[in-house]
Amino acid sequence: MSDTSKVSKAEAEVEQSTVAPADDPTAAPVAVVDPRLLVREEGLKGYVTEFKRKIKGGELGSLPVFVGLIVIWTIFQTQNDRFLSADNLSNISYFLSATGMLAIGLVFVLLLGEIDLSVGSVSGLASTVFAVFVVNHSMNQWLALFLTVLTGAAIGALQGWFFARIGVPAFVVTLAGFLGWSGLMLWLLGSSGTINIPAETGPVHLLGQSSFFMDQAVIGAYLLAGLAVLSMLVGSFMEQRRRKAAGVPFRPTSEILLRVVALAVAAFAAAAVLNNASGVSNALVIFLASLVIVDFVLRRTTYGRKIFAVGGGIEAARRAGISVPMVRISVFAISGSFAAIGGMFFAGQTASATLNAGGGNTLMLAIAAAVIGGTSLFGGRGNVWSALLGMLVIQSIQTGLDLLNMNTSIQYMITGAVLLGAVVIDSVSRKSQKAAGRA
Amino acid sequence: MVHVSATPVLALRGVSKRFGAVQALTDVELEVHAGEVVALVGDNGAGKSTLVKTIAGVHPIDEGVIEWEGKAVSINKPHDASGLGVATVYQDLALCDNLDVVGNLYLGRELKHRGAIDEVTMEQKARELLSTLSIRIPSVRIPIASLSGGQRQVVAIARALIGDPKVVILDEPTAALGVEQTAQVLDLVERLRERNLGVILISHNMADVKAVADTVAVLRLGKNNGSFSVKDTSHEEIIAAITGATDNAVTRRAGRRSAEAAK
Repeated sequence: MSDTSKVSKAEAEVEQSTVAPADDPTAAPVAVVDPRLLVREEGLKGYVTEFKRKIKGGELGSLPVFVGLIVIWTIFQTQNDRFLSADNLSNISYFLSATGMLAIGLVFVLLLGEIDLSVGSVSGLASTVFAVFVVNHSMNQWLALFLTVLTGAAIGALQGWFFARIGVPAFVVTLAGFLGWSGLMLWLLGSSGTINIPAETGPVHLLGQSSFFMDQAVIGAYLLAGLAVLSMLVGSFMEQRRRKAAGVPFRPTSEILLRVVALAVAAFAAAAVLNNASGVSNALVIFLASLVIVDFVLRRTTYGRKIFAVGGGIEAARRAGISVPMVRISVFAISGSFAAIGGMFFAGQTASATLNAGGGNTLMLAIAAAVIGGTSLFGGRGNVWSALLGMLVIQSIQTGLDLLNMNTSIQYMITGAVLLGAVVIDSVSRKSQKAAGRA
Repeated sequence: MVHVSATPVLALRGVSKRFGAVQALTDVELEVHAGEVVALVGDNGAGKSTLVKTIAGVHPIDEGVIEWEGKAVSINKPHDASGLGVATVYQDLALCDNLDVVGNLYLGRELKHRGAIDEVTMEQKARELLSTLSIRIPSVRIPIASLSGGQRQVVAIARALIGDPKVVILDEPTAALGVEQTAQVLDLVERLRERNLGVILISHNMADVKAVADTVAVLRLGKNNGSFSVKDTSHEEIIAAITGATDNAVTRRAGRRSAEAAK
């Protein structure tokens, strides 16, 4: 999806025609494109050679995810033939959204090349804070939701402040937060250990397992899929037209159609599967909507560009007039907010705030999801869709292990191995990117 | 010699800067006119980098006046300098390796289209700018990481031009470059002059200075040690000013004699 893939033959031709400046008659006309430079050929063959070059250069992108998904799904399907059933896939799609929210926040932090170890604890604390507001103080649920997310943002901003202004390594600050916030959660829960949240209406109901988009109407899922495909189609062609008008390289129509068809197949297949079960859960819809919004913020706004700049070179960012501390603090605040929203999703799953919310391996799963999806731990590279792709892998493993009635001990070991594997892939691909002059 | 306007676009009058116990700059004077390339030379530790950093707003000055188009201004942070129209290209370029050429050119001043970054116009303008400067790079959409040293240097200089500055400061632009890339960068400096920009060029390389500069300002131990017009000054005279070969017991005695004689 990178912009470099837009190098088409059209660009090559435009640049080939450029000659040396007229004020220098002795200079021979020189093609702007260096003959040693690889320019992608048009058509299917071009895709294949480009693909091979990228793999060699370590630009794996989302490839490990797709390979991983196919492997995981095959293994679990052979072990238990209910794994690829509509009901189980629907389960995966519902449960991935909670940890996925945490992973979105982590993508922001990882883009800076930092880490936030507190997101699990903050999500647990958020569900408790919400429960305390609603149950103990009889607050309106939507107001409580707002205050809960605000709490998450404040916690993140505080941690970001220690990191950006005091200069404490983010790893240590958030490790302290990891302990401290879960301590605060235990203290708030007190002796009862669990607070049940009324879930007939309000956000907790919305995020619950029995809440579906458009009340399970069959058309709902297809409507969403159609909307996604249509907006990609229209967006791509509008972009193509603007680029044509501006005289800059544009994606050929064949490529756009190929992409749109690929998305349409995936989206409508998913819609059909989910409809076969019980519909699209509202939690998933909110997760997907968040992804779209965050993707826009990261790629198309100056704020997103600042995050990438700080992740790619702090000194360059500072010289460009970007306030590095503000970017850092705000990114940690965003991470805290998404952790709090994720905590609400956890609360929605059980309609309660419990002692072990956000505990266990929640944090590890969220980090693993972001990294597996293709966001680099080293900063500056990645996108928010990695939260979705990574969570598909992670949640498939979780659900699969549950189906096989695996012990928690085995689950931990497998999750640990997957996280390590993802980081190894990231490190190795970064190394070969360096060797290929792309990092 | 190109036409030089009467009022310097940038002038430093009696600028001093201290870092703790170190007097980095003492009473330094410097004038830059539009369409003029001023080479700032001096030995290591002479205060060249400190001087450009005071102009760029990295280090605020302790004493003295900075005049911009004849009016005294205060430059306390990099933002002040860029607001006036001073663009600085540091030796370590400071480009974001992960962003593409367009992204780096417009970093910190992205163009907008309906609230979103306008990639199309930015790409179009970037290509225009690079082609008017005859800068050759494979594509404006490849990450900086895959460019060569010379290509990065010209991208960094082009980046300085995006904000339409009036004065461009180049800190050792040719230091790490090969023969051909050096020639390209020097060509680029001449094109900046043709655009009627004031250029401050820091360099250790006398050949480069002689090739493109109009005026040479020499710093020695944080003080002015002469300002020369390039075309009527020999290589040796500049070197002598840099190394302080003129500043020894003999010349001081001669100086006193002539001062006494003048009375």
